[in-house]
Order: sequence, then structure tokens, then C-alpha cells
Amino acid sequence: MHPRPLTKTLVGLTALTSILTGCSAIGGNSADLQIYSARHYDLEGAFGQFTEETGITVEFISGDDAELLERLKAEGDDTPADVFMTVDAGNLWNGARQGELAAIDSPALDEAVPEDLRDAEGRWYGLALRARTVTYNPDAVDPAEFDATDTYAGLADPKWKDRLCMRDATSAYTQSLVASLIDLHGRDRALEIVKGWVANDVDILSNDILLLEAIDAGTCDVGINNHYYLARTLEENPDLNVDLFWASQEGAGTHVNISGAGVVEGSDNAEDAQKLIEWLATDGQNAFVDANHEFPVNPAVEPEPVIAAFGEFTRMPLNAEAYGTLNADAVDLLAEAGYK
Amino acid sequence: MTDTAALAEPRPPRRRYRTYGVGRPAWSTLVVVVAVVVATPVLAVVVDGLGSLGSTTPPRDLIPMILTTLALMLGVGAGALVVGGGLAWLVTAYRFPLRDLLVWLLVLPLAVPAYVLGFVFLSVFDVAGPVQSLLRTVFGTDVWVPEVRSLPAAILVMTLSLYPYVYLMARSALIEQSSGTYDAARTLGSTRGQALRRVVLPLARPSLAAGLALVMMETLTDFATVQYFNVQTVSVGVYLVWKGTFDFHAATQLAVLVLLFAVAVLAAERALRGRARYHQQGGRRQGFSPERLRGAPAWAATAACVAALSAGFLIPVGQLLIWAFGQIAADAGFLADPRFVEYLANSLLVAMITAVACVAVSLGVGHAIRMGGGRVVSFAAQLTTFGYAVPGAVIGIGVLLSFATLDTALERAGVPGGTGLIVTGSVVGILYAYVIRFLAPAYQSVGASLEKITPAITSSALSLGAGPHRILRRVHLPLARPGVAVALMLVVIDAVKELPIVLLLRPFGFTTASVWVYELARENFWEKASLPALVIVAAAIIPVFVLVRQTRRREVHGTTSGKEGQ
Amino acid sequence: MTAQMQSAPPAGTGTAGAPPALTLEGVTRHYGSSRGVESLDLAIPTGELVTLIGPSGCGKSTTLRLVAGLERPDAGRITVAGEVVADRSRFVNPENRRVGLVFQDHALFPHLSVARNVAFGLDRLPRAERRKRVGDLLDLVRLAHLADRYPHELSGGEQQRVALARALAPRPAVVLLDEPFSSLDESLRAQVRRDTVATLRETGTTGVLVTHDQTEALSVGTRVVVMHNGVIEQADVPEKVFEQPATRFVASFMGDADFLPARVHRALLTCEIGIVSTVPGWADSDVAVDVVLRPHEVALRAEPNATAHVSGVEYHGAFVLHHVRLASGRTVRSWQPHDVRHPVGTAVTVTVAAGTAPTLLVGDRAVTTPPRNAPRPPVLP
Repeated sequence: MHPRPLTKTLVGLTALTSILTGCSAIGGNSADLQIYSARHYDLEGAFGQFTEETGITVEFISGDDAELLERLKAEGDDTPADVFMTVDAGNLWNGARQGELAAIDSPALDEAVPEDLRDAEGRWYGLALRARTVTYNPDAVDPAEFDATDTYAGLADPKWKDRLCMRDATSAYTQSLVASLIDLHGRDRALEIVKGWVANDVDILSNDILLLEAIDAGTCDVGINNHYYLARTLEENPDLNVDLFWASQEGAGTHVNISGAGVVEGSDNAEDAQKLIEWLATDGQNAFVDANHEFPVNPAVEPEPVIAAFGEFTRMPLNAEAYGTLNADAVDLLAEAGYK
Repeated sequence: MTDTAALAEPRPPRRRYRTYGVGRPAWSTLVVVVAVVVATPVLAVVVDGLGSLGSTTPPRDLIPMILTTLALMLGVGAGALVVGGGLAWLVTAYRFPLRDLLVWLLVLPLAVPAYVLGFVFLSVFDVAGPVQSLLRTVFGTDVWVPEVRSLPAAILVMTLSLYPYVYLMARSALIEQSSGTYDAARTLGSTRGQALRRVVLPLARPSLAAGLALVMMETLTDFATVQYFNVQTVSVGVYLVWKGTFDFHAATQLAVLVLLFAVAVLAAERALRGRARYHQQGGRRQGFSPERLRGAPAWAATAACVAALSAGFLIPVGQLLIWAFGQIAADAGFLADPRFVEYLANSLLVAMITAVACVAVSLGVGHAIRMGGGRVVSFAAQLTTFGYAVPGAVIGIGVLLSFATLDTALERAGVPGGTGLIVTGSVVGILYAYVIRFLAPAYQSVGASLEKITPAITSSALSLGAGPHRILRRVHLPLARPGVAVALMLVVIDAVKELPIVLLLRPFGFTTASVWVYELARENFWEKASLPALVIVAAAIIPVFVLVRQTRRREVHGTTSGKEGQ
Repeated sequence: MTAQMQSAPPAGTGTAGAPPALTLEGVTRHYGSSRGVESLDLAIPTGELVTLIGPSGCGKSTTLRLVAGLERPDAGRITVAGEVVADRSRFVNPENRRVGLVFQDHALFPHLSVARNVAFGLDRLPRAERRKRVGDLLDLVRLAHLADRYPHELSGGEQQRVALARALAPRPAVVLLDEPFSSLDESLRAQVRRDTVATLRETGTTGVLVTHDQTEALSVGTRVVVMHNGVIEQADVPEKVFEQPATRFVASFMGDADFLPARVHRALLTCEIGIVSTVPGWADSDVAVDVVLRPHEVALRAEPNATAHVSGVEYHGAFVLHHVRLASGRTVRSWQPHDVRHPVGTAVTVTVAAGTAPTLLVGDRAVTTPPRNAPRPPVLP
């Protein structure tokens, strides 16, 4: 029955609020470069090295790509961000289309990044490459069973009934794979393929690690995975009974996607921002991609040993516009096919 | 007054409790202003969604989404009602082994974020998890197991995670209920069950409805947990459409649909609450005198409580601990990571400020209503609670949209720099969005406490020369203390767990524990994520403890604070 | 309808030149479709204790709330101690009116001790003065020994006394008591009521006491205001209200009453039971009226050939109430001493006690002088 302590607490906390909000409101940015990143593996390592080599300091916040893009739009000219970094070609393309990314002119980047992995106008550049390919349990599958021309489509064959595991329709990985299938084959054929998967009673799992564990456990024989999840899992557990098959090597090549970056339109330090991207595509490639077992985009840079062991492969050319525009169609197609 | 007098002379509630005063323009204006400020981002989303209607095609599986949402909400609601209400009745009406301990342990699942519970559940029960592995080892690889990634599993997990809301509300309702009515029913020939159904339940209905509404809103706006189970609700649809099509407008249209669901929940809550306002002006309240169970029933009761507690807390936290030990064994240095302290401090600080702000606003609104705000103020009060029904990220976007508009308007009006970067350059944006999101639970409990103060108390204070400020400070605040404490705790727990808003609005250099868990869990670093997840659980346990102490004190001193209801 | 207190001076010219403690002039308050109060006029001189009575929903609580400032009148003017507190252009908030309130459930602040409850309205006084005032008031209500207790530790009667002391503490111009005794046990009620009235008288406080108990209204008030359907039916000293009710409603609500059709012809009042009384001043009239008969004014005599019969008998201890069915089928009641008991079925003649001057009604209103457009009397049997 003594209201005092509570009242005091309230007053105290209110005072604290005003101090705190006041402080952070005036607290400016402490680094030379600010980065919005939808990618969050081991950025510290790469950025730390960059600062060491160039003296340019970097800070970043991570978040979801679509949300970061909305935030960029809302902040407009006031944005503190200099670089927008994300994990999907469609997102990069979309950021450029919505006018949030500035065109830069960089011979260094034009040389380092293959043409299909960067924007023709220089608004974004791919920096890390990931492949989404087929993984399987070698006890249950002979790699000769795969269709080497179009491995993804081949999984619609009834012989794979009850043997498949894949990611859910909400996953960006699934969507971009299907978008590339639409781009490659047209909507009707792509729909047929996805319906074939569904007809094979594909097990839908909610993350790639679970997929690998399921294949290892023998619950399913074949899955579609990002290559680096396999690399990571193998690193932790070398006995994992899962092998990788490079899809469609006799056809269009394995589906790939990129992490990339662009200079933000409202950046107040575009020069350093460009320096960072150039560094990441050249000297910083290994620092940027190796920890996550990704492939460097720069053909002059060697991949790290675990993924190098997966062997060379041919990748499907990346059509960023298709990833950007067809993603909505992919979502719709997956729903139509009853793929959850 | 005595119980008998109360029974002998039932008062028609309408006449006595409809109006409290003549209205105070200053207070009423304040409430309306607060309501506008709080509702603006939500309205911005609604306007955006309705404005772009027809420009985008609705997602193909809209109807299944709606049906799934309904099924999930009803399922979790029913589950939480049965589990939360049942457990509350069990620990209130009976004594059995460990009961005194279980009374408060049963609240602990509240401390485990549903998204953490989700990923732990999956890792334990999914294909590659220990349970199925064991089954395969024992029965061979063709053993049939129920689908783990399914709607029923999602309902189960969310029920386990959310039942404490109903449990808490039901329990305080039962404690405050005078045993007189229950005893009267028993002497009138009702069995225990009949008395429960005909007297206890109807009297507890407003509280049950309030708890149920909280559960349903949480279920409605959840997107993280349901995705683990591949259950596509409308909230998931918002994200799916937004991220899948890069079209924010299409997403806001779905967000409007989510809001419609929320309106339905609120309307249902009002209907459930009915017109009854139970001031329960009993004199000295004894509360229930719990009946001692013996033998098998006693152990069954203990088992029921332990089962709920295990599923909702012990097993998930145990799994987190196992992972955490694995992580520590692999890399003991991780423990010394200064981020633990920094991120936890950030989480708690933002959560506490939010809680205080929410409670302050709730008190202001409740007080203004008691000072006779009338229809406009009541409507405004209702408006402030809608944020709870909007997914966090949508509120975040609403905040961004509102400030972007304000910024443009200010710059056009010649204010250099406009609003600047106040939203994302400081924690102001996060706090603003948090307050919008968590006003509802705060207002629920503060409002409930204020409603229990009879208007005569307020009128008396007025007639004794106390103005609105003094009444708030000297009468309403002290008397609403139980509700204020509950509100503070609920908001702190919720805000510590909150993720999408921080993710979207945090300034450079500001990370919370939940963001850390998210970043690790998103890349499937379960073991690494387990430690920060445990930090969140630990941070949420503290307020849970305080919350329980609050309810316990009320139980022990039932007479004393029971009188506060006068 | 206007019901100015007959013996009270008109508003603004109170006793000894002081303004009345409280006046209401044309005060009206409506709630949507339901009726609130309509055009109330009332003036209460300083020091009086007025009881406000009427059935549920008659508007007595609304009146109280209007005076306290918890409601805003739609029309009219309210004055407290000469200061206009509510009219068309002015509205004084309840905390700034000098009006005290005592509620049925006492509404003590449960989180404050008895002393702090009483001190609540004294926050503008210096500490020493406040303490003295609290002490004085607790002495007055004989609760000084419970000063540090909390409300829930008190009995109902003690709570009521605290509520009164608390209301009196800031020296209000008028104290409003809303059914302050109805939550008390029957056995306690009379004592608490006596104490309360004594305290009010002792302190010279002007009071308005709302009640629905007729006995309480008559015994406590120096004046009684009877309300019905949102209007004041009668406001007068208790004797007048009981003996000369202004309306049919007042007659039936304030005590038991039976109504018989009657005729006044040449100053002679007759009805079914014969000649009731003479009506001085009505010599030239011939009017149909209703006569109000109170059971204590009705005499019975057993007579085998009488046309009336006892239809029911209720034993009330000191008195026995007889219900008598007249030849017309109408019923009258009669109080008889406890030793008189006519069995049901007894044929009795009914008369009115000598010296009685019963109230006459034309329509629903009492008349004392012959009405001008009097209805022609029917031919009586």
C-alpha cells in the first residue's frame, strides 16, 4: 500500500528515457562508411581487413532485404547509408529499378566481375556466388540416375517419387530457382516441372541444414541445396553421408545467385563506397566469400579448398532482370502447383 | 458493505457506471492526440493498402491463407483456453504435490519466444531430430510418424508458448472472485463441475476473454513461428508477397486483411465480455479454499502441470542448454563475448522504456475515460490498441512511411532538414513502434485495474477538492498498481522478445539480443544462437518472477488488496 | 412543475440575509431517450437537512450528481452558497465546488488509513492545522482510536462514519449523502442514522440525504423532497408531506393510502362508506373527488348486517392491519390496536376517525379549495 517506490521508478525511468533518446538522437555516425546489409555472415572480418588496408572505417546494420529497401526509400536524402548489400540478384535489380542505387563508373569492377553478374549501368555488382544444386545420399542414389541435361526438371520424373526433399515456397532460394526455370523454359513448362515435384510427394523442409540432415538420415534420397550449407556441414561433420551433384552440366548449367552491393543514391561518401566495393571484388574476395564457403565472382580468385573439392562446374548465366521480374510469377506458380 | 447486502440489492450497472464525470477538455484532448499519434502509422499502412487496391492481383492462395489463419487462431485460442484456464483452475481450487511451486513455474513458457520454441521443437521432433531417429532405430526407416511440419503441430507449439496469458488472467480472476458465489452455488445443489460452469466461468469470462484476445492477437501477427511449420497465415502472406514480389503495396493490402481479423477478435472479446462489469464489491474476500487432493488424482494434477511446463519450458530450455554447452565446449571464448552484456542491456533498456511509456499512456487514457471523456475518448482509446494486431514489420514500415511524409511536409514548409533522421538515426523510431505495438496489453491490464475502482471513489475524491492530476496521482495510480505492475511486466517480456521492429528501425551500432539470435538462427547456427536465446529467456524470466510475486502477494493478502476493488 | 418549498424563503433571500446553501432553478438534464430530471426548482437554507426521496429512477441520484458537478445540466442554474456553479455559461468542476459527498458504499480510499482518508480534502491546509482538523473530526465521529486503521479493517458503521468525517473535513457548503445507510445491517442502521444526523446538526451542516426509505425521509429531514419521473412532486416539512400530500403519487408513496371516489356537496364529503367529514369553505360546491384514506384514520366496527367484509389480517406486533373489502369491491385498510382482531369474513362497518381532515384529489393533484371547472359528481349509490 505504499505507492512511493513505484512513482519514483516511473519518474526515474521517464527521465532516463529522455536522456537516452536525446543522446542517441544527436549521436552522429562514427564511421566513414555506413552499410545496410541483408547479408550477415562474417562481414566483420572482411570489413576489418578493409579498414586495415585502406584506413576507411566501416559500420553496418543487417536486416531483411525488402525491409532495408523500404527503409532506404523512407529515409530518402537523409539516409546515412552509403552501400546497400544484399543476397539476391533480384533484390539488387529491384533496388536499382526503384532508383535507390547510384550508377558508378569503375573499370576495376568491370574487369573483376563477369558481365552477367553486374548491372550494365554500374548500379550494382555481384561479389559472392552461390550455387543451388542437387545433393544426394550416395547409399540410395547412383549419380547416373540424374538427368545431366536438365537435372532440376529431371526430378519431376516419377522414379523420384517419395525420394525428394526441398525447401519451402517461402524461401527466396526456391523462388529464385523457379524464376530461373520460368526464364529458361517458359511458364507452362516450369509449372509442369514443379507439379512433377509435387506429384512425387516432395517433403518440404524449412531450412537447408535440415534438408542435409534428412538426406543423411535417409529420410529422403535427394534434395536441392545451396552448396555452402553442404560445405559448412561437412566441415563440422566430415562423415556426413551426402554428396553434391552439379546440376544440368550438359545443359543450361547449375542455377546460381549472387550476393552483391551497390552505392546508395543518397550516399555522402560515394567515393569510399566505390572503393569498398572494388576492394571486395578484388583483394577482398577471399576475405568476403571464404568464411561462408561461397565462390568468388572474380575468375582470377581461387575458391577455398572445401568447395574447390566439389569440382569445377558450369553455371547457368544469371539474368538479374528475370530474377527481379519473374519472382512474383514464381510465387504464383508455386501456389498454383500446390507447392507449399 | 457485506456480501449479503451486495446480493440482496443488485444494482443495475448501466445507471451507476456509465458516466463518471463531466469530462476534462485537457485530458480528453491529450487522449485524442495520443490516439492520433499512435494510430497514424497503422493508418498510413491502411491508406497505402486501400489506395493501391486493384493495382496488384491478390495472391493465388488467399482463400487457403484466410482459412489457415482462422484455423490457427481458433486452434490456438481453444488450446490456450483449455490449457491456461484449466491449469489456473487446478492450482486455484486444489492442493496437490508441488502445487505451490508449480503455481508460478507455469508462467515460465512466457519467457521463451515462440520463434525459439519453434526451432527447438523442430530440431527435436523433425526428421533428423533425436525422436524420429530413435523411432527409426527401433522400428526401422518405414516407421510412420505424424507430420511435424503441419498446422496441428503449429497449434500445439503456439498453445504451449501462449497459454500463460490466459493462465495469468484466469488466475487473477479466480483469486479475486469471492468464494461466496461459488459456495452459494454449491449450497444450491450444484456439483463442483456445475458450480464451475455456472458461476465461476461466467464470472471469470471478462478475464478469460481478455487473455484469449491477447493470445489470438499474438497468433495473428506471428510470422516467425508459423513459418517453421510451413503454415501460411495471412501474416506470413504479408512477408511472402512483400519479399516474393518486391511489391510493398501488395503486402500492405494483406496487412489490412490482418487488421480486419484483429477487429474481429476485438469485437469478439467485447461480445464475450458482455455488458457485464463485475465490480465485485464483496467485503472481505476469502477466495477459494483449495480442496486437498490425495492419491492418484493428486499426482495426476501434478503430472498435468509438469507436462505443460516441460513442453513449454523445460524441454526447449534444456535443448538450448545442451546446444549452449556444445558451443561452449567448442569455443569457450564465446562466453566472454562482450556482446552478451551490450545486447542484453540494449534489449532491457528499450523494453523498460517502452513499458513505462505504455503504462503512462494507458493510465492517461484510462484516467481520462474515468474523468468523463465520453464517446470520443472511448473511441480514441480503442484506436490506441490496434497496433497489437499489426505485424511488427508492418508497424515499422508504417512508422517509416509516416515520418517520410512528415519529413517531406516539413521540408516543403521550409523547415531545413525536416525530421532529419530521427526514426532510424536514434532509438526513437523503435520506441515509437514499440509503444504502438504494445499499448494494447498494457491498456488491457491497467484498464482492468481502473475498472475495478468504483466510480464513487473518483467522485468522492473530486468532491474533496482533488483535481484530475491529484486524483491520478493519489487515487487512480495507487489503486491501479496491480494492473500497472502486470502491464509493466507484460510489455517488458513482449518487448525483449520482439524482433522485426528492431531489425527494421535500429540505428547503427544498436543491436539487441533478439536480433543476434535472428542473425544466427537465420543461417541455421543453432548452437551459436542458443546462448543469446538463453539470454532472452533469462531476461524475460526476471519480469515473469516479478509478475508472479505480484499475483502471489495478491493471493496471500487477498483481503487487503481485494478491498482495493472497492 | 414547480414545487417551491412552502415555508422556505425564495432563492437569494435566505435566513439572516445569508444566501441559501443550495438553489436549483429550472435545472434539466436528459439522457438520450431516457428521462433524467426536468426543470427542478429547489432552495435549501443553510443548516437544513433535506431528504430527497422517490422510487428507483425518479432522478434523485441524477439531482445529486448535478449538484456535485458530476453531471452537466442541459438547462437551468445551480447555486452553492451564493456562487453560481452551473448555468448556461458557467460550469464549476466538482473539485472546485464546496460540495461534500457520502456514498452508499462509503467509497473510502482503500489504500489510505482512516486519518489520511479524512485528511484527503485538506491538502491546502498547513500541516498542523490539517492534523488538528482531522483529530477534531475523528473525535466528532468517535473514531480517534482507529485513525491508523485501513478501511477494510473497519466495520460497515465505522466506515460510514469515516466517510462522513471525510466529507465534512473541508467544511463544504452542503453535504450530499447518497443512500448512506442502505448498505448497513438493519440493526446497525438506526444507530448510525441517529449519529449521522446528530453530527450534521452539531456542525450546522447543510445536508441533502437521498433515500428510498419513507420512514427515514420523514424522520431525518427537516424538509422532504419527493421526486417522481424526474420532477419534484412536493417539497415541504415532513408533517405536511405526510398529512397533506400534494399529489396522488406523494400520498401513495409516503405511507400507505387507499383512494375512494367521493363527492363534496355543500361542504360535506361523502363516499361509499358514508359521510367522511365536512370540508370548510366548500359550501357552494358540488364536486367529484378522490379521498385519501390512511389506514390509521380508518375505524372498524363489527356489525352483522354491514356490507363490508374483512378480507385479510396482518399481525404487525403493536398493531394489526385489516384489509376490508367494500361492497363496490374496492379495498381499504385499517390499523387496529394489537388486541383487536376481526377474523377474515367478519362483516364490518367502516368509518373515518373523528377529526380527520382527509386529502382530496382531483385527478392526480390534491385540492384545498373548490376547483373552478370541477367535474360533475356521479350519482352515488
